[in-house]
Amino acid sequence: MAVTGFILFFYVVAHMVGNLKIFFGETAFDSYARWLRAMGSAVLGESGVLWTIRIVLLVSVLLHMTAAIQLARRARAARPSGYRHRPPVQGGYAARTMRWGGVIIALFVIYHVLDLTVGWLNPHGVPEEPFLNVTSGFQQWWVVLIYTVAILALGLHVRHGVWSALRSLGTVRASHGPLARTVALVVAVALTAGYLSVPYAVLFGLVE
Amino acid sequence: MRYDEGEPLVDRAAPDGPLETRWERARFGTRLVNPANRRRLRVIVVGTGLAGASAAATLGELGYRVSSFCYQDSPRRAHSIAAQGGINAAKNYRNDGDSVYRLFYDTVKGGDFRARESNVYRLAEISTAIIDQCVAQGVPFAREYGGLLDTRSFGGAQVSRTFYARGQTGQQLLLGAYQALSRQIAAGTVTMHPRTEMLDLVVVDGRARGVVIRDLVTGEVSTHTADAVVLATGGYGNVFHLSTNAKGCNATAIWRAHRRGALFANPCYTQIHPTCIPVSGDHQSKLTLMSESLRNDGRVWVPVDPDERRAPGDIPAEDRDYYLERTYPSFGNLVPRDIASRAAKKVCDDGRGVGPGGLGVYLDFADAIDRLGREAVETRYGNLFEMYQRITGEDPYQVPMRIYPAVHYTMGGLWVDYDLQSTIPGLFVIGEANFSDHGANRLGASALMQGLADGYFVLPNTIAGYLADGPFPEVTDAHPDLVAARSDVEERVRRLLSVEGDRTVDSFHRELGSLLWDHCGMERTEEGLRHALERIPELRAEFWRRVRVPGSGEGLNQSLERAGRVADFLELAELLCLDALHRTESCGGHFRAESQTPDGEALRRDDEFAYVAAWEYTGTGTPPLLRRESLTFEHVEPTQRSYQ
Amino acid sequence: MRFTVRVWRQTGSEDAGRLVEYDVDDVSPDMSFLEMLDVLNERLTLRGEEPVAFDHDCREGICGMCGLTINGVAHGPRRATTTCQLHMREFTDGDTIVVEPWRAAPFPVVRDLVVDRGALDEVVRAGGYVSVSTGSAPEAHATPVARADADKAFESAACIGCGACVAACPNGSAMLFTAAKVTHLGRLPQGAPERDTRALDMLAAHDEAGFGGCTNTGECTAVCPKGIPLADIAQFNQDVLRASLRGAGGRPA
Repeated sequence: MAVTGFILFFYVVAHMVGNLKIFFGETAFDSYARWLRAMGSAVLGESGVLWTIRIVLLVSVLLHMTAAIQLARRARAARPSGYRHRPPVQGGYAARTMRWGGVIIALFVIYHVLDLTVGWLNPHGVPEEPFLNVTSGFQQWWVVLIYTVAILALGLHVRHGVWSALRSLGTVRASHGPLARTVALVVAVALTAGYLSVPYAVLFGLVE
Repeated sequence: MRYDEGEPLVDRAAPDGPLETRWERARFGTRLVNPANRRRLRVIVVGTGLAGASAAATLGELGYRVSSFCYQDSPRRAHSIAAQGGINAAKNYRNDGDSVYRLFYDTVKGGDFRARESNVYRLAEISTAIIDQCVAQGVPFAREYGGLLDTRSFGGAQVSRTFYARGQTGQQLLLGAYQALSRQIAAGTVTMHPRTEMLDLVVVDGRARGVVIRDLVTGEVSTHTADAVVLATGGYGNVFHLSTNAKGCNATAIWRAHRRGALFANPCYTQIHPTCIPVSGDHQSKLTLMSESLRNDGRVWVPVDPDERRAPGDIPAEDRDYYLERTYPSFGNLVPRDIASRAAKKVCDDGRGVGPGGLGVYLDFADAIDRLGREAVETRYGNLFEMYQRITGEDPYQVPMRIYPAVHYTMGGLWVDYDLQSTIPGLFVIGEANFSDHGANRLGASALMQGLADGYFVLPNTIAGYLADGPFPEVTDAHPDLVAARSDVEERVRRLLSVEGDRTVDSFHRELGSLLWDHCGMERTEEGLRHALERIPELRAEFWRRVRVPGSGEGLNQSLERAGRVADFLELAELLCLDALHRTESCGGHFRAESQTPDGEALRRDDEFAYVAAWEYTGTGTPPLLRRESLTFEHVEPTQRSYQ
Repeated sequence: MRFTVRVWRQTGSEDAGRLVEYDVDDVSPDMSFLEMLDVLNERLTLRGEEPVAFDHDCREGICGMCGLTINGVAHGPRRATTTCQLHMREFTDGDTIVVEPWRAAPFPVVRDLVVDRGALDEVVRAGGYVSVSTGSAPEAHATPVARADADKAFESAACIGCGACVAACPNGSAMLFTAAKVTHLGRLPQGAPERDTRALDMLAAHDEAGFGGCTNTGECTAVCPKGIPLADIAQFNQDVLRASLRGAGGRPA
């Protein structure tokens, strides 16, 4: 869970940084997209690296989901009969939303691929023109809404996930608990802000 | 109630010769059991406190087949866990003049010269090995910055020999023993039976051969046989209803063994601890001890005027009576437990007590906070203050604590010889359940020491001498003695359930407790004891006439469990008062108002009472036999205590 | 004070169980929660009804026997406090209080509020000890232990084994309990030789007992009466990881 989580986390960070290219204009953004495909082509051919990344990601997502399902099933087996008086949250809210948050994110990723990678659901939908795909999409309020919900779920997921993964890997010294918590929070907030900056910039016409 | 004089009692296992080598020679003189034979020998250990868990674990390590029983849901919960203060050991790490001999001397003296010198010396000698053993098990004792073990002086001792793990020494030592026991359970040498209660002892051909057990979950009554039975079932303090013992602590195992022929020694030696949180009302179910260390910095006082109405903080110094400092200028607030307890009772009897019912005295930290600062006080006692506030809802940093004495420990118990064997061959008794090493009063931090000494080191050696004759002939399920013991138990359970009266078990327990507390508590008089001895049989008869035990014998029935225990307390209480009545001297935890010095101190009478009073059962309501084991002191000259 | 207490009643493991409502009046704020139940039980007994079964023993917060889920919170509303040390003054006069047992598959209900926590003992038996037989110990001062290590070991050793962590965990995990023992012994030089096998064996026993997996929700430490920190679980994970990387197999069965 922790290992695949980290792989996905690093991808999500890189993806977010890439997104910010949009603020440098259409040409920069599109050439960045082209570079992604050309990257490492000398060795692995056109889109070779990109496909490698995609395969690693797919495997990670599958393993991540498998582990999550196993944990959820064990949890259900460990408490077949629940409390009649539902316990209020004692720990963190982020921790309690990992499972539903994960489902939201998974659904969003499917939509996201169909929207911006394949282009089927995109109003513009020309794979070679990512800038226009993005800007045309985010001019629809409901696209922005879907995006916002997903990113907030992602933020919470990362907030608990990063912290929890550090613990699961045992890499946190006991005394560093509060520090790890802060780091996870900062990373989650930065990620959320970074991702949300694009749709809202488009929606409010800062990027055209 | 009368008693009859029986034959004098002699400890046939008592060693002689030089004190220092008695234990070593006794061990050498004990027959051994061949390791291959140990597998064929079965031992039952009842109770999983410090003594029981350490004994069961050690016997398992030696290769015997052990069955262990406890009434709790896990062996880790026995009441040894609640001991706060620490454990004594004559390590002399502080270079402050401690030695095995000094610990021996202090214990004999602290016990007011009513313990056997040989036993006490052995205890002091073994004390050091206990610390080694516990450290190796991973008990996290307090340490100094150099990484070595820290010690403190405890209960007025002049040397610093008490090892501790914050205020949870008992917990940590018990977990060490529990872990050792767990290892043996995993290894298959010990079979654990949690949530079971021993309701009778099986004696076959004069030997203890098994126990009758009630499974507390299913209600099933069954018998278990073995080559020897070890009782480690703790003290009988709950006969007083309110005590610092756990709710489940009971005397049933030792009382049933007593009824089967084991002598009960010195039942009147009970220890009352001065610093407990006072009773807050009729609903009170138990009393909570606060570490005696509080008296190091707290000052004990009551208002001078019984009609004082002001809040404690508003009472000026001249209207306060710091009665311990006034009466005992050299020891002040640090006088021994029994003196502090009795002094508190006296001021409360004078009508100057504070808090609900006037049963409490102030333990004030205002001066300590002024002198040391709040922070220093917090470092030393923070957890205790917190506990006090949790229970009383009062902040001891602002308002003085209120304390009152409570029953804490019972020095009396089943009589055992030097080998810890009772008068029934094959029945061994260890820890608080026996009477042995503390005499008439126990030193602070010595209970843990005795429990572990018995369980880890004494019993596993001495029991071999008995088991060397085993295995004994198989006792089949159809054996008439086994069948009889089992049907006795079943009959008793049926009787308890069939009374269907109009009073709850707890109401009887409460009434018995207050009767004992009033007449056989901190101060005992002939008149009061006679009254109690008259009232107890009446109460017992009423119990069997009017008790209401709801539910059935099948399945978990906590009322039934309590009823059986209270029924036994109603018998034991009578012997307790009788012993107190017959001992017309004051000694240790037993203070007879008729036997005091002109200035109100305990007056011991060695010429008449330097003996162990071991009582033999002859039937409920019939006079028991008093068997005296005389005590001789060759090494420590008996002296009268003085704390003036 | 007066309360409406809704208590879980269940005659045994076969019974489905249900919440039954009782009115308890004349409650003193100085009563402990268990004393309030004592009062209820006395009244039930005199009315000819069966009293409520609940576990308790020392009533001073150290034996770990008591444990009730009160209004959905293990050990009730006051932090770092066992049920037996919770007092009625923490509640408001007239409150409705829901009392349930610990709920977890490895803790089957015995009766009413009493559950069987034997699974925790099984976890300890898998390796929660130092293998040192009586008499074989070296002199206590042979191995100094840094005070910080001793203090940290103590902090973890303070666990009372009540099972509140399991009761509170949305996953029904006993990782805090297990980690506390692993951290306690692993922190001391005496426990070092078995550190690898202990971590692996105890984890295996934990999973085998049917406890859920840890997702670091932190609910356990929030209700722990002894404040065992969540960091112990990180330490436990580290021990498990290191033991696995070293190829330390579990102890042969």
